[in-house]
Amino acid sequence: MTRAALLVLADGRFPAGGHAHSGGAEPAVRAGRVTDSTSLETFCRGRLHTAGLVAAGLAAAAAAGHDPLALDEAADARTPVPALRSTARKLGRQMMRAARASWPSAALDALAAARPRGAHQPVVLGLAARSAGLTPLDAAYAVAYENISGPATAVVRLLSLDPFDATAVLARLATDVDRVAAAATRAADRIPAEGYDALPAASAPLLDITAEAHAAWPVRLFAS
Amino acid sequence: MIPTIPEAAKPAPEPTTPGVRATARIAATGRGGATTLTALDGDGPFELRRLRPRGNEARVIVVGAMSAPLGGDRLRIEATAEHGASLHITSATATLALKGATAAPATYDVALTAGEGTQLHWLPKPLISAVGSDLRQTLTADLARTARLVLREEQILGRAGEPPGRLATRLVVRRGGRTLLHQQADYGPGAVGWDGPAVLADHRAIGQLLIVDPSLEYARNPPRLLAEAPESGQALLAPLAGPAVLVTAVARDGLRLRRLLDTAEAAVRGPGG
Repeated sequence: MTRAALLVLADGRFPAGGHAHSGGAEPAVRAGRVTDSTSLETFCRGRLHTAGLVAAGLAAAAAAGHDPLALDEAADARTPVPALRSTARKLGRQMMRAARASWPSAALDALAAARPRGAHQPVVLGLAARSAGLTPLDAAYAVAYENISGPATAVVRLLSLDPFDATAVLARLATDVDRVAAAATRAADRIPAEGYDALPAASAPLLDITAEAHAAWPVRLFAS
Repeated sequence: MIPTIPEAAKPAPEPTTPGVRATARIAATGRGGATTLTALDGDGPFELRRLRPRGNEARVIVVGAMSAPLGGDRLRIEATAEHGASLHITSATATLALKGATAAPATYDVALTAGEGTQLHWLPKPLISAVGSDLRQTLTADLARTARLVLREEQILGRAGEPPGRLATRLVVRRGGRTLLHQQADYGPGAVGWDGPAVLADHRAIGQLLIVDPSLEYARNPPRLLAEAPESGQALLAPLAGPAVLVTAVARDGLRLRRLLDTAEAAVRGPGG
């Protein structure tokens, strides 16, 4: 394996479509709940320890070689909102195209064939990490970081926030990313003994409710 | 698959001072179109009373849970409906989680089982997380493919004008052996990010209304948003990836939450429902 593959996978320029998504930051800005770098940080911390932890657990499990279709079902059970299931599958489809071009593997081909409209993105990312020879912890890191870098970048555009301030927010959350990636990997380690219920299922009511509201906006800057 | 409890909701370590341990059991079975209660066993703080049946539906009310659970307590309610039974369970009063004599968390587990052709309603009064309390609550529902479930849960973080205690919850609903819904929450002092703009912001009342019904059609229940006055509460009614709808609601307080859930329930039932 080469650890540098993680840099390719986690690069914001990796062509997997993430840049078009705000991860719920756009509705939070509209509602006046995210107004500056301080509220961006609390938004990102909450997102990381809920949706981010769930996604990192799924990715770590896929990277560990657990059944991607069972993980896709586990992702559905942890995503009670249709708009977020749809976004996760769209992003999964785009991630699949980029991953098959970068690290072709029979496992990616099989998942693409089984879920032609896209599997949940963290499952695809985890499988891509596995195809690239990366570890479950690597996959969890990529997902946990992306989970906050997306909203931070989006808020730079939405609020004309200073990019230096947004990057400082990500740097301050580094320890939280460590904790979430480690917890996600530990949870994936427990699947053989405990089944898929071992994976985190932390919920964020406001992310859920506002995602569906945002999907119905006639005009929006970000797809989600 | 062996049902298990994830790290966050694992039973508390053995308390140094023993708290109350109690398991109440309710069981109902269908016989000739009617429902018979085959078990109604109260325990500890749980007293169970039979209410007048409504049609073929057996109705049970849990009373006396008012002052429980305290820190260190381990409380459990098991309710089972089988052979086409229709079982409706409510509680008389809100459940108030309080600080106990020990620092150990209290646990409160509800295990619902609904067999083929049964209907199970679990509609308790709200759970209030009082300052200083530490409660881990789990609710697990195992449903046969033809079972129908109506479940309402309300969590109020803190009594009026008071900060909340710590409340960790876990809801798992399985249908035909597959997990239909799995949600965890961790609120209050020591939890991370819970009062930020991604999770609850300044809302302190959270509610879920879940209806699992094999006859529910996805297309008949498109996502719908229900709002209280701006900033005081909002709810989303949305189909799960299965024959079920879930209402997720957040509100400033318990009264507004209840209004949102009532509105949502009327929306699910539809005209004449």
